[in-house]
Amino acid sequence: MEGIREVVFLSGKGGVGKTSILGGIYSLMDGEKGVVDCDVDAANLFLILGCKVKEEKPFYGSKKAEIRKDKCQECGLCKDVCEFGAINELFVVDPIICEGCGSCFVFCPHSAVSFIEERAGTIYIGETKKGDLFLYAELFPGEESSGKLVQTLREEARRRAKERGLSLILMDGSPGIGCPVISSVAGVDLVVALCEPQTSSVHDLLRLLELTEHFRIRTALLINKSDVNPSLSARLKKIAEEKGLPLLGEIPYDPLIIEAQREGKTIVEYSRDSVCSKALERVYERFSMILEELR
Amino acid sequence: MKIAFASGKGGTGKTTFAVNMAYLLSLSGYRVKFLDLDVEEPDGHLFLNPQIESVVPVKVFIPLFEMEKCTFCKKCVQTCAFHALFMLGKEMLFFQELCHSCKLCLRICEKGAVKEGEREVGVVRIGKTDSSIIFVEGRLKVGEARPMPVIDAAKSHSGDGDIQIIDAPPGTSCPFVRSVYDSDFVVLVTEPTPFGLHDLEKCVYFLKSIKKPFGLVVNKEKGEFPRLEEYVLQNEIPVLGRMPEDLRIAKVLSEGKILLRELPEYRARFEEIFKRLKRMIHGRN
Repeated sequence: MEGIREVVFLSGKGGVGKTSILGGIYSLMDGEKGVVDCDVDAANLFLILGCKVKEEKPFYGSKKAEIRKDKCQECGLCKDVCEFGAINELFVVDPIICEGCGSCFVFCPHSAVSFIEERAGTIYIGETKKGDLFLYAELFPGEESSGKLVQTLREEARRRAKERGLSLILMDGSPGIGCPVISSVAGVDLVVALCEPQTSSVHDLLRLLELTEHFRIRTALLINKSDVNPSLSARLKKIAEEKGLPLLGEIPYDPLIIEAQREGKTIVEYSRDSVCSKALERVYERFSMILEELR
Repeated sequence: MKIAFASGKGGTGKTTFAVNMAYLLSLSGYRVKFLDLDVEEPDGHLFLNPQIESVVPVKVFIPLFEMEKCTFCKKCVQTCAFHALFMLGKEMLFFQELCHSCKLCLRICEKGAVKEGEREVGVVRIGKTDSSIIFVEGRLKVGEARPMPVIDAAKSHSGDGDIQIIDAPPGTSCPFVRSVYDSDFVVLVTEPTPFGLHDLEKCVYFLKSIKKPFGLVVNKEKGEFPRLEEYVLQNEIPVLGRMPEDLRIAKVLSEGKILLRELPEYRARFEEIFKRLKRMIHGRN
């Protein structure tokens, strides 16, 4: 039996077009596949792919400490052992500062601290408008554990994909290079690194490439809004060449992307003849070739 | 006064507004400090071009095990809430990427088999720009998962300046929260799209829950997006300013230049935003 290939779209910098471009490529693809939105902080892919939610699962993150007033003797030991400064002078734990290490719970001589797993978000399992397996999650604002949620989401997705006999999972990632991104690149077959010809996007891309090199993950480059600054686009191509990364292509700036998004559609659904859709057709060709190589 | 720029969705213009606000205020005679807390992808320096005067490593605690003292009671392994410790036979495995440096293992070991160690997870870079903005940036080491210690270290350099401008990371989870938590005011930068609105809603929900004063800047306006306007009205969100979608801006930003220096016609909009947010901050105090 063949394994499941996982591809994740990342960019380092946010707002470069990960979700819109992934959506467009998805619309061009034939065959059944799975789609996962790993941007659990700010999940947006469902807004253009649509999602008929069939199942919701609660997600429990880290445990949080709470001091019971009736038992607390205000000895102050909990404050001494809290490295995060989460307990104030009134012996109240600030749930936003608390990282859930449990030191106060372990050391309290009066058993006044409760240490309970709290619900930190929801996992949604369903299907896209086109009927493909689709999973996304919403982490409650202010929560930690985004990495753990991404991991849980991906495990769930792989299980479901296997049940449906799928061989490909497309994933949308978060901006940055920290915990949710690391959880979304772990063990994937391909990272599509999206970049704009913009000083900050190039800077952030280089940090992302350092990360994918560090984890030895195959990476392909895709340039969005390539015509905004042609000289920087040329530099991006040079970066791809020097690092030996396949270039999936260049997509010119297309104002229709915003219109499509406002209609709740991918750019390809919205206008097959748009500049972006035309460019995506060429990108898709190269993308399919790389996917073939991954088999 | 600490003003944080945040957004939920990435790429809406946080850094643009933070950088240009810092630039404007420094020109207006304020002593300004720019604090880049987007430690995973810190970009403010690309526009402000500070002279970096010092680079301070950020170190966190890690446990070091002296196995000759260990009696294999496994208390450290069992109490570690982050599952960073694992005992394999008579060997201790430590997964540093899972460790939160809470020191519980150090404190709980009765045999003194756990000692204090440290490792570097990033740096804080400190400098000054040619317009005398004090520049402080947290920079997470690539491959590190937890931005929090770097955010905290950069924040601990606070103090100087009349006004602190904070460039917060995208998202709505812990790094965003840690960056805006002790600010006096949060400027949320959004774009009039379904993605922008969806992520804005999460930020607003959170800021309201902690009673943090905030206002909204709508960036890259083009065409109609009534859903955002309805949302703003229904939730009584103060709008501090608006910026149109302008390809000249995109070009200036792509080159890493300061918008207000290149396109001074936008200066009045930033002045207006500052005037409104100042009124809101003082109105509350």
